[in-house]
Amino acid sequence: MPAESFIKKYLRQRVLPTIWCGGCGLGTVMRVIVKAFDDLKIDQDKLVVVSGIGCSSRMVGYIDANTVHTTHGRALPVATGIKLGRPELEVVVIMGDGDGAAIGGNHLIHASRRNIDLNVFLLNNGNYGMTSGQVSPMTPHAHYASTCPFGNLEHAFHLCDMVKSAGATYVARTTTFHYMQGVRLAREALKHKGFAFLEIYFQCPTYYGRFNKMTDAPTMLRWFKENAVRYNPEKPRELKKGQFYIGKLWEDNTKDEYTDLYCKLCNRAAEMVRVAK
Amino acid sequence: MGGAKGRTVLLQGNEACAMGAIYAGCRFFGGYPITPSTEIAEHFARKLPTVGGVFIQMEDEIASISAIIGASLAGVKSMTATSGPGFSLMQENLGLAAVLEAPVVIVNIMRSGASTGHPTGTGQADLMQSRWGTHGDHPVVVLAPATAQEMFDLTVKAFNISEKLRLPVVLLPEAVVGHIREAVYIPTEGEMEVLDRKRPDSYENLLFFRRDENGVAHPPDLGTGHRPHYTGLTHDEDGFFTAEPGKVNAFTVGLNSKLELHSDLLTDYREDAVEDAEIVMVSFGVTARVCSHITRSLRKKGVKAGSFRPRIVWPFPEKRLKQIAQNAHTFIVPELNLGQMRSTVQCAVGQDKRVVGINRVDGTMLTLERTLEEVKKVLN
Repeated sequence: MPAESFIKKYLRQRVLPTIWCGGCGLGTVMRVIVKAFDDLKIDQDKLVVVSGIGCSSRMVGYIDANTVHTTHGRALPVATGIKLGRPELEVVVIMGDGDGAAIGGNHLIHASRRNIDLNVFLLNNGNYGMTSGQVSPMTPHAHYASTCPFGNLEHAFHLCDMVKSAGATYVARTTTFHYMQGVRLAREALKHKGFAFLEIYFQCPTYYGRFNKMTDAPTMLRWFKENAVRYNPEKPRELKKGQFYIGKLWEDNTKDEYTDLYCKLCNRAAEMVRVAK
Repeated sequence: MGGAKGRTVLLQGNEACAMGAIYAGCRFFGGYPITPSTEIAEHFARKLPTVGGVFIQMEDEIASISAIIGASLAGVKSMTATSGPGFSLMQENLGLAAVLEAPVVIVNIMRSGASTGHPTGTGQADLMQSRWGTHGDHPVVVLAPATAQEMFDLTVKAFNISEKLRLPVVLLPEAVVGHIREAVYIPTEGEMEVLDRKRPDSYENLLFFRRDENGVAHPPDLGTGHRPHYTGLTHDEDGFFTAEPGKVNAFTVGLNSKLELHSDLLTDYREDAVEDAEIVMVSFGVTARVCSHITRSLRKKGVKAGSFRPRIVWPFPEKRLKQIAQNAHTFIVPELNLGQMRSTVQCAVGQDKRVVGINRVDGTMLTLERTLEEVKKVLN
């Protein structure tokens, strides 16, 4: 399929163009996600995409599927209800770093713990773009934002490590510089049965970049390129300051998925009732 | 219920509520433990898996209401149960349910007091929160059962209203009603009306949120081939965000008009000897159980007294109270709070009427003796 047509197929053209700023990385991220949908021939009628609040969460409006734009941080528990209500649906969650690491952080660790079959794309631009550039739990230490004009005293989460230790069974990271890798990892996440988490760094030159002397998209993409280190589990290496791993960081196919377990529980319970009668 | 083939069993109010929900077709419960509501979750945990339903204990009350909204959008009748502190946490997405027009039922077994309050004490502290707890103009219907039987019956009714009007419905019993054990008649299948949401086969021009002649929109369940977009933002008939003043106005007015357009369905009260009454006791839930006793004994002594109990407290039945106020000059409003319904009654009957509250906030009940004593003071 020529490049144009998968975009036409998976996007609602009647509501384009997007609201995103010039240079924003979300357009690239959206392309990565819908390319993965197309590669896997995901049925749009059975695809549900759920989001929270923020720039990245607006993406669901543009994706031609069953879409739910919820409240700030609450995409995961809403998606949990959808998946448990109709386990046969493909449920994807798109949220920003404010959604996933701040206001919805508790939901993130618990959804990971359950290992429910949700595909989470956490789009991380290191600040609150929608409200014009406040510090987020993913803003690096000593970087700047409108609410830390003298430098960030706090430290960013290692989100991938966090969801792994909470019980997620597929964990990966990429950036908008690494388009081909992004599509590959998105496909893997979608195919994975269990809680799959893909963190995607994307550039926000309008706010994050402006506060941190990277005022255009190419400068920010170069920053991703220069600091990204491809993860190889055979050869772990010491990361220098500012560096981060990209690639598949973790996969565990031994743990049962939650809706499968629930289905088995129902069968057991129904059998117990039958025997008791 | 002469001639009916159901069965009568001794049940706790909370159990009756869960059984009513399953009778009404509820197949998804998401909740978080909190006294005095927990027996509802425990009942669902045992029963839902045996009927193909889903029980899940979520990480908090915010997640609980989120999960039931998700399940409802997926087409499954859904419910959660909590008490005051948890209900406070649910306010955010109670608004979301109203705006998404997701039918859900939220049970708030009321305890006493603000904050953590008095967890095992009974109260009626959340009358106002149930109506106005979440921000913005939004429709919500609130039912107040007074007996274990009504915990069953009004739960069924709550689901019917929520499916028919596509809005969140709150069931608001007191701790005492949740924990009381009484005989409850369980009807046979089909004996009580059970309503399901409308599911149109097709939509003109993808206008999933267009209101029908009854003011109700019927957006499709997720995954049924229509590909709707649901958002908590103000939206147009196609479901997408709009900031156009005319359309924002149409959205908010349309959403809220469901209550007014269905005032017949949403008016449900019990009254006793109010036609010629000069003194009327107005009360809801368990507090109302003593009122009819008191007004009947006053009648025997020649006092023209009557009693009035809304079973649907929001929308408040002000039309009926206004009629009653044509004869009555005094209204006595006993409540287990500091006067949340008193002011509502005053608004309904007019400022020229005498409206007196009898209030207790100590976690105990307004007993017959205590209430009678207070009523006598009002009459003297």
